[in-house]
Amino acid sequence: MEILTQIFSLETLSSTLRMATPLAIAAIGGLYSERSGIINIALEGLMLAGAFIAVVVSYFTGIPWLGLLGALVFGGLFAMIHAVVSIKYHADQVVSGVAINMLAAGGTVFMLNIIFNTSGTSESVNALPYWGPFKPTVYIGLLVVFIAHYVLFKTPFGLRVRSVGEHPHAADSVGIDVEKIRYICVGISGILAGLAGAHLSLGVLDSFREGMTAGRGFIALAAMIFGKWTPFGALGASLLFGFSQAVQIRLQGLGIPTEFVQMIPYIFTIIALAGVIGKSTPPTAIGEPFEKGKR
Amino acid sequence: MEPILEMKAITKRFPGVLANDNVNLDLYQGEIHALIGENGAGKSTLMSVLFGMYTPEEGEIFYKGQKLDIDGPQDAIELGIGMVHQHFMLVPTLTVAENIILGSEPKRGLKIDIEKAIAKVNELANKFGLQVDATAKVKDIPVGMQQRVEILKALYRGAEVLILDEPTAVLTPQEVEGLYQIMESLTEQGKSIIFITHKLKEVLRISDRITVLRKGKGIGTVTTSETNQKELARMMVGREVLLEVEKEEADFGEVLVEVSNLSAFNDRGMEALNSVSFQIRAGEILGIAGVEGNGQTELVEVLTGLREATAGEYNLHGDSLYNHSARKIKEAKVAHIPEDRHKHGLVLDYTVEDNLVLGYHYREPFAKGINLNFNNLAEHANRLIPEYDIRPQNKEALARSLSGGNQQKIIVAREFDLGPEFLIASQPTRGVDVGAIEFIHRRILEQRDEGKAVLLVSAELPEVISLSDRIAVMYEGEIVDIVDAAEATEEKLGILMAGGSLEGGIANGS
Repeated sequence: MEILTQIFSLETLSSTLRMATPLAIAAIGGLYSERSGIINIALEGLMLAGAFIAVVVSYFTGIPWLGLLGALVFGGLFAMIHAVVSIKYHADQVVSGVAINMLAAGGTVFMLNIIFNTSGTSESVNALPYWGPFKPTVYIGLLVVFIAHYVLFKTPFGLRVRSVGEHPHAADSVGIDVEKIRYICVGISGILAGLAGAHLSLGVLDSFREGMTAGRGFIALAAMIFGKWTPFGALGASLLFGFSQAVQIRLQGLGIPTEFVQMIPYIFTIIALAGVIGKSTPPTAIGEPFEKGKR
Repeated sequence: MEPILEMKAITKRFPGVLANDNVNLDLYQGEIHALIGENGAGKSTLMSVLFGMYTPEEGEIFYKGQKLDIDGPQDAIELGIGMVHQHFMLVPTLTVAENIILGSEPKRGLKIDIEKAIAKVNELANKFGLQVDATAKVKDIPVGMQQRVEILKALYRGAEVLILDEPTAVLTPQEVEGLYQIMESLTEQGKSIIFITHKLKEVLRISDRITVLRKGKGIGTVTTSETNQKELARMMVGREVLLEVEKEEADFGEVLVEVSNLSAFNDRGMEALNSVSFQIRAGEILGIAGVEGNGQTELVEVLTGLREATAGEYNLHGDSLYNHSARKIKEAKVAHIPEDRHKHGLVLDYTVEDNLVLGYHYREPFAKGINLNFNNLAEHANRLIPEYDIRPQNKEALARSLSGGNQQKIIVAREFDLGPEFLIASQPTRGVDVGAIEFIHRRILEQRDEGKAVLLVSAELPEVISLSDRIAVMYEGEIVDIVDAAEATEEKLGILMAGGSLEGGIANGS
């Protein structure tokens, strides 16, 4: 009984929203990239880098908003590595993504040492202020979802993104610049992953911790797939995963072994992906480099 | 009258190849101008030059009296030149209207004005008699409608000149007839059409003038009403071509293939074959005629082990092959020329040499134990390539790089060389040029004359009639009648294909 009241308390619900925010934002980032045909498993690393840069900028300027901005800009730039490697040089997109994740994991630890002269955790910096019950990033995250739906399904740009991800040669034949669309989309995905990271370091906490994304980039990818590559689907899936994380936090210290409790979000993810959703079809041209003239 | 479009002395070279050699083409407004030639004759290159995808080394293009400098398809589209590609350039997951407006979307504020788009599509569709469902997704509509969507795409962008690249290759005879009507309606309203094909009958039926290319050179332009199939074939191939199949008197042996009450489902789980029965004797070709989608594909798949039957019997030489695996059926000496050579006949990224043993690669002499015997593979290829006139004569070439006709010859070579008892040929000449058609027909007849049983499935009625000894007509998964080929005409078969009977005419839907 006590467990149930704990689970369905108001606190759990608000914590669900906080936990779902970075997942939803990063999932929308992944959505832009994948809808244009570029696999982006670099979300994890892009988030981690964003979280780190946000703290660094806030540390030096004292202004958390600049930290947030820094995370967006750096996320976008960092994603350009993935973009150039996979779009211009036609490299394997999964390999490129893995490389970015490793670069981010190592790079942040290294820079943490240089800038803060510590390992593990940075100093506390000025975090984002509360707006009502939540940090601003939570509202921004919701906005991002609605904007993504509008952009992808109502605007000419969105139609072009979808055509590029499904049949780039058809898009090319009507004069759409396939590579340009893909660069833009990977850029957007980096910016959003940076935002998601800043939410973790300056929204939820006020410092950077080594490996603080803890697989959230991958869970965001799962949310994107679970949501069948649609913004609202991704939001729903993120809320579900966010809920499982919130429950996990609430259940800690209630006599259940923590190891079990900590497994909850991941078990949720696996069950969700393993078939609760039915068939989820990715964009057709995903992962395929575009070569003009080749059929 | 001045021509609307003139291509003068176009020369286009690729490394080692003269793809277009001083070619001329002129097009008048309201004209259907056919561009014919065998695969590799330079038709596509010439059109790519016109569409701005290649820059010619020499030559000029005039459009409405002005010299053109086309740089890229975008320029061509803006000038009013539209192209309907042989492989449709449509996004399956988008709707018809979305595909048509893609790249030049009508807007209201930031949003696509989808109502306006649909209205515009319907308006164009009505004007030119191109029936489409603007809100349906492209993946859900039939091929014929997809082609109409492609034409609308060009018209939406203001095309005055339409290039149709092999537009009939993917269509059923009925859809081809529909396309002709559309082409006529387009030219009546002032559009001009360049129609690329290698099917002579189509050209004679629909075009006003014909330009023939051979090996990159313009052989000449003739007025359709003043020419005939024989002349065109000679211009295309450069020698006399046997258009009529010369067939020896049949010498039937005992019944080799016996199929009775065979039934099967299609991919969607619906009944596709309903109690089909027939026999084929040694030295006999049984043709299967029918509108596509009436069970022919499923029948061939069941007979070759690619699909499971739900009931019936299937015997070769009295031994049952019913629901045996594809490999077992092959081992029983059943050869198969599949309907879709890219999907079932070849691995496009393998070499000619490897493709020539595909499916037999595990046997002696191509393999020894678990190892391939490369010497024997090479020897096999070296023998078959000249014997079956596969061009280029290079066993290391990837199958992908060969023309459709030569790809088909690889399959014919592989399947015929091992001495089949029962040969199943499904659409053996689809997308294949005149010279190769003649070659394939001759080889199929040779098999028959050697006493093999042949099952020939083809959407081309003249092919079925001229090659077969008997013709079975399929309608809605059943064989409605089997007629003697000597007495069969296109009209008679047409009645049966529509579900009618030769006694009572077309019975309403039954």
